[in-house]
Amino acid sequence: MTEFTPVTALLGGVLIGTSAALLLLSIGRIAGISGIVFGLLPGGPSDRGWRMAFLAGLLLGTLLAFPIPGLAFELREGFPLWALLVGGFLVGTGTRLGGGCTSGHGVCGLGRRSPRSLAATGTFLLVAIVTVFGTRHLLGVLS
Amino acid sequence: MKSLSAALISGVLFGLGLSVAQMVNPLKVIAFLDVTGFWDPSLALVMGGGVLVTVLLFPWIQSRPQPLWAPRFNLPASAAIDRKLLAGAILFGIGWGIAGYCPGPAIAALLIHPAEAIPFVLAMLAGAWLQPRWFGR
Repeated sequence: MTEFTPVTALLGGVLIGTSAALLLLSIGRIAGISGIVFGLLPGGPSDRGWRMAFLAGLLLGTLLAFPIPGLAFELREGFPLWALLVGGFLVGTGTRLGGGCTSGHGVCGLGRRSPRSLAATGTFLLVAIVTVFGTRHLLGVLS
Repeated sequence: MKSLSAALISGVLFGLGLSVAQMVNPLKVIAFLDVTGFWDPSLALVMGGGVLVTVLLFPWIQSRPQPLWAPRFNLPASAAIDRKLLAGAILFGIGWGIAGYCPGPAIAALLIHPAEAIPFVLAMLAGAWLQPRWFGR
């Protein structure tokens, strides 16, 4: 259970959008995290430099923000390992097959007014909502 | 060097944004997806804030002949709404709903909550690596 935080949510969203605009303006790339990460897998393209730099920045930005009062949160404890592994595997398979995730299809694709990204975003949001309902309320296997 | 610095700064902004919005906390993501529970609409405003910036700035950026420090824009070629896209979005949605992490927050959480993020990211990389081998490109 978490509180609705409209101001920080909007501010965080604007920062993410600004990040995406800066990446497109500077080097012409889409700030889609799944695409950036999967481009580093063996057999991928040779443009590793900007991908590594972006991901290093992502880790750095998260670390910089974490000590800011009010931003730290209680870490989830006791979440089952199987759920992390199954969830991670499906997220990896799905975002590669579908060509994007919340950032690439969501924030960037909608900004490009791409019907393809709108279809993807609507689908994964709806399926995630149904999945949470199924696992948390119908089956009661996760919290 | 300029292009690497721009990518680094862009990554920092992304990490700051995820943290300020508390999207690194999977419980906050699940509280958004759990529309029949104690619903927390925050994630909608995170997406909304992000799209507000991209929808305003992307057309102007794309109207430029080229990016500042790269020869050309690298935009997704496909516009097709096909079975691959929808099957991928469905699998992603199931995984996201199970664990509460999508790729950005999972990477960001590697240093914040490694006990969860390391197994999740390793499984995610395994899934992504196997995907073209299972379904074809």
